[in-house]
Amino acid sequence: MQTIRGYRRENGKIGIRNHLLILPTVICANQVCSRVQQQVHGSVAIPHQHGCSQVGADKERTHKVLVGMGKNPNVGAVLIVSLGCEVINAAKVKEEIESTGKPVIWIDIQNEGGSIKTIQRGVEEAKKLMKELEKTPMEDVSVSELIVGVKCGGSDFTSGLCSNPALGKAADMLLNEGGTIVMGETTEIIGAEHLVMAKAVSSKVREKLYLCVQQFENEVERMGVDMRGGNPSPGNIDGGLSSIEEKSLGCISKAGSAPLQDVVDFAEEIPGKGYYFMDSPGNDIECVSGMAAAGVHLVCFTTGRGTPTGNPIIPVIKITGNELTAKRMADNMDVDTSPVLHGIQTLDESGQNIYEMILNVANGQETKSEILGHQEFSISRIGISL
Amino acid sequence: MAEQAFQKGLSCIVMHDQDNVATLLKDCKKDEVITYIRDGKAFRLTFIQDIPFGHKVSITVIRQNEEVIKYGEVIGAATIEIPTGTHVHVHNIEGIRGRGDIGRGGGKEFANH
Repeated sequence: MQTIRGYRRENGKIGIRNHLLILPTVICANQVCSRVQQQVHGSVAIPHQHGCSQVGADKERTHKVLVGMGKNPNVGAVLIVSLGCEVINAAKVKEEIESTGKPVIWIDIQNEGGSIKTIQRGVEEAKKLMKELEKTPMEDVSVSELIVGVKCGGSDFTSGLCSNPALGKAADMLLNEGGTIVMGETTEIIGAEHLVMAKAVSSKVREKLYLCVQQFENEVERMGVDMRGGNPSPGNIDGGLSSIEEKSLGCISKAGSAPLQDVVDFAEEIPGKGYYFMDSPGNDIECVSGMAAAGVHLVCFTTGRGTPTGNPIIPVIKITGNELTAKRMADNMDVDTSPVLHGIQTLDESGQNIYEMILNVANGQETKSEILGHQEFSISRIGISL
Repeated sequence: MAEQAFQKGLSCIVMHDQDNVATLLKDCKKDEVITYIRDGKAFRLTFIQDIPFGHKVSITVIRQNEEVIKYGEVIGAATIEIPTGTHVHVHNIEGIRGRGDIGRGGGKEFANH
């Protein structure tokens, strides 16, 4: 059995990082959270634009993402900062995160009496939580406990030719060890959904996937637009991709060859082991944030054009198939699969490199995005602001 | 999807035996003659225009409205007839999916670029 060193949480789940998360329930608490984070070395904050003037499913999605970020096992403790009059229910956020058994403290700006007092109290509480976190023991855990997201962004023609198929090989290696793979990006299976559907374990799962794609395409119909120019993006088109179908067909190989166990909602906790599809936008930051909120430990992210994307709580491994990008953006790229294009490396060998990188990162090695402090976070909206 | 083996020294790759386009692994110039492999056999192709690295070239004539095939799957349809050795991209093919514009009389706007 292959093992990695992880942090065992109260609820039995394992983390590969041990973050103290400073979580604003609403945009109005962003500044206080950022100030607290700056004062407490090693903590991470997730400022965002939402939490108020939201209703219905849109409000529920924001709630779910915030709770999911707190529950992610890479997070060992959480400090929640609320304003006091927002639509997101901070008490409920606290209660749901606490169900994992990790320490959670909640402070409220209106209750504390303004920003300065809240920052002071927040720093004190965060320091206490940090002391507790430092005591978390590490243990050998099976790689079968790993949940890895697969994502592509800033794609070009190399993505479909080498980086995504090589990542698919690495995905198969993890799945063979009993691990879990999550693929998102509903937009980027359009035109290739029949190939993903063919891997579904049941007709029910096939139907769910079909509905996700149909719902998305209906939305494009309703808007009366051509997806091209938005997706594929201008950069994708410069990189040789001519249609969403071409992009999708190059995308789907990154999940490997295993059967599709189920389709889950955006930011929904992954219910079992094996290969899962998450209904999500193709937008890089929204998709990676949704994966983090679903409990993914790390994301393998292929990019031909080159993108620096990271996440506050989960490492993001950057994989390129474009030799020029590997050289020009060396400070952002972790793995180069371009030797495959030149016939000097096989897809299996390249996949093995990615798999080893997954194990190293799970064991604590920092990704380029972590070293550079890339901590992008955003919550996808599905409703209007009131 | 059939897995394509990459070989040293190739200038372009055909991902599937049913494909009617190849993807360039280097910049290619007008009148350049290159070799591609399809179904295990080597074929020669002459470029009728410059085509940049990473973009696609037609390896047969593709008629107007005919499907453009890469990875053995449909990636769009030709908006005009595409002779062999031509740059295949948004100026002469259109995606079929995600096209909310078509119901509103749109489409082909990329053809003017």
